[in-house]
Amino acid sequence: MKKKVLAMVMSAVLGVSMLGGCTDAASTGGSDAGTSGTTDGGESAGSDAGSNAGGETKEGVEESVPEQESVGGKLTGTLNLGMIGPLTGAAAIYGNAVKNGEQIAVDEINAISSDFQIQYNPQDDEHDAEKSVNAYNNLKDWNVQVIAGTVTTTPCVAVSAEANNDRIFMLTPSASSPDVVNGKDNVFQVCFADPNQGSASAKYIKDNNMATKVAIIYNNADAYSTGIYQTFNAKAGELGLEVVSTTTFTDDTANDFSVQLGDAQSAGADLVFLPIYYQPASLILQQASSMGYAPKFFGVDGMDGILTMEGFDASLAEGVILLTPFSADATDDLTKSFVGKYESGYGETPNQFAADGYDCPYAIYRALQFYADKNGDLDVTGKSAEEICTILISVFTNPNFSYDGVTGSGMVWTANGEVNKDPKAVVIQNGVYVGL
Amino acid sequence: MLANLINGISLGSVYAIIALGYTMVYGIAKMLNFAHGDVIMVGAYVAFCAITGLGWPPILAVLASVAVCTVLGIIIEGLAYKPLRNATSLAVLITAIGVSYFLQNAALLIWTSNTKVFPNIFADLPALQLGSTQVAPVTLITVLANIVIMLALTFFTSKTKMGKAMRAVSEDKGAATLMGINVNRTISMTFAIGSGLAAIAGVLLCTAYPTLMPTTGAMPGIKAFTAAVFGGIGSIPGAMLGGVLLGVIEIFGKAYISTQLSDAIVFAVLIIVLLVKPTGLLGRKVREKV
Repeated sequence: MKKKVLAMVMSAVLGVSMLGGCTDAASTGGSDAGTSGTTDGGESAGSDAGSNAGGETKEGVEESVPEQESVGGKLTGTLNLGMIGPLTGAAAIYGNAVKNGEQIAVDEINAISSDFQIQYNPQDDEHDAEKSVNAYNNLKDWNVQVIAGTVTTTPCVAVSAEANNDRIFMLTPSASSPDVVNGKDNVFQVCFADPNQGSASAKYIKDNNMATKVAIIYNNADAYSTGIYQTFNAKAGELGLEVVSTTTFTDDTANDFSVQLGDAQSAGADLVFLPIYYQPASLILQQASSMGYAPKFFGVDGMDGILTMEGFDASLAEGVILLTPFSADATDDLTKSFVGKYESGYGETPNQFAADGYDCPYAIYRALQFYADKNGDLDVTGKSAEEICTILISVFTNPNFSYDGVTGSGMVWTANGEVNKDPKAVVIQNGVYVGL
Repeated sequence: MLANLINGISLGSVYAIIALGYTMVYGIAKMLNFAHGDVIMVGAYVAFCAITGLGWPPILAVLASVAVCTVLGIIIEGLAYKPLRNATSLAVLITAIGVSYFLQNAALLIWTSNTKVFPNIFADLPALQLGSTQVAPVTLITVLANIVIMLALTFFTSKTKMGKAMRAVSEDKGAATLMGINVNRTISMTFAIGSGLAAIAGVLLCTAYPTLMPTTGAMPGIKAFTAAVFGGIGSIPGAMLGGVLLGVIEIFGKAYISTQLSDAIVFAVLIIVLLVKPTGLLGRKVREKV
């Protein structure tokens, strides 16, 4: 009897280890980027800390806005660029992606010319607001001049309040909540603020005459999904886009979508807007297909990742359109070079966080160059953080400054710190993203 | 209306097949095996790997999955529940929750958190056309499997020697021991059967709703538990009735009242049923012996 049991256990162990092996090959390159980046918005405390400081310093901004002729000044010196993000802990995947992306950009910039160099100092905050402030203090001791961070929303709200008082310029790659920038004149975002995706989607659908009747299925237990739904709905009303069916689900009822799809179908919707993550979206596509309902499906960045699901029948996603700031499959030179470097350096496909990270040092570099070009030679060595901060605020709020990066071309920033960029619309054809 | 009814039955039959496992283990071992939902998840992963990783035909994959889950059920019972045979039921309940978390996290390590898409194993079968609505083959097979399992379990517990032993253990462990029944083996057997059923439920659940992640079994497990209580926990036909009704109520609540409130409606109905009939729809009233 004992022997029998032992044999059973052994064979079970063998079986499990065999089965475990079968997933490894296919599970690479899973990009969760959009998904979790945007969840942060939901978690963030609605803190408006530091909002008082915003108004007082705006004068400095307005002085430098007027049109200027190029004087062709040179950018020289060494910039101390700090970064704060979760390099360990549960959110480490995002922090490390940003760090890797920023590191590639820093290396590239340093290779351009020995006249201007960036010293890069990433600090770990474990996605904890208190530790993030400690990391920020470390960076201050190191004489940080600009911070390309923090990565996640909740720590970013805390750190940006401090940085606002200390007049240190911050450009966050991925903290997407409006709370991060509200009332802080020195904090800017590279990623879309959560709600902007909704209005951008509505505008895109209207501008391209993609539909006359729209149905929406969203997750009302999720702040990300609900936030996008609300701005989409408001913008749709404004643009005269007819929303004929609005249905919801929660994480607990994310199995069966027959009712929601049936409602959309009987209302005659020819486009279904899905401001949700890709897991429930894959079920919706599958169930719509088995119902014989074939509207256009339109998603947002949470949809990114659907093609990397192991075993997903890509033909179901054929024709699905999604707005995403970054797609590793894009074929433009900038993306191809970045993805190539990232893959050879870190052995994985960069996600949206890595791309946001890559754009951060470049945006700062281009902004400093822009300033030197308009105002004459700029030597950043020994400049105080406050001086750099004033310079960068003036450039980032200058309507003539725009930046083309891997997460969007023609990025410009509002005085509030939110980015304005054209989201890239991609359509899924033959199992790959094709730019529209 | 008809479409909603069919969708409801389709969802409900999945709940029912999970509820059968719950109710079977509860009816005999008198314990709530909260890890049941996670055994379902393991079963689905095993079948998934056998089909997509090893290229086995679905039938073989289901058998492999049943075999692995049966062994898993015996191991879980032997390692986690057997030492607690005489402990309070609360201790067993907490252990079951622990096992549930253990299985989820083990699956997370083995199969990672990346969502997998379960292949449609009934893709070759034609759908049944009822007027303008289609009934997916997986729905028919799930309903059929439910009926077969329900009949087989009823036959097993009432006619076979092992089944009779199970009922004896369920009624009075001490007396069963005195009558020469090996209680430990009988309970292990119950877990083996319950876990084997979980594997079938896992395959059917994931064929109907094909996303697979380490938490796949958790929510359907809780819904199925609700269904088992609804139908009268311990009653095999009750689990089936409860499951189907729960699915139909959920879909109708969504369709005619509000998609936001579907779960609230389901659980409100459960509360009302339990207020009126505390043992569930088909639950037997057991008089407490003094």
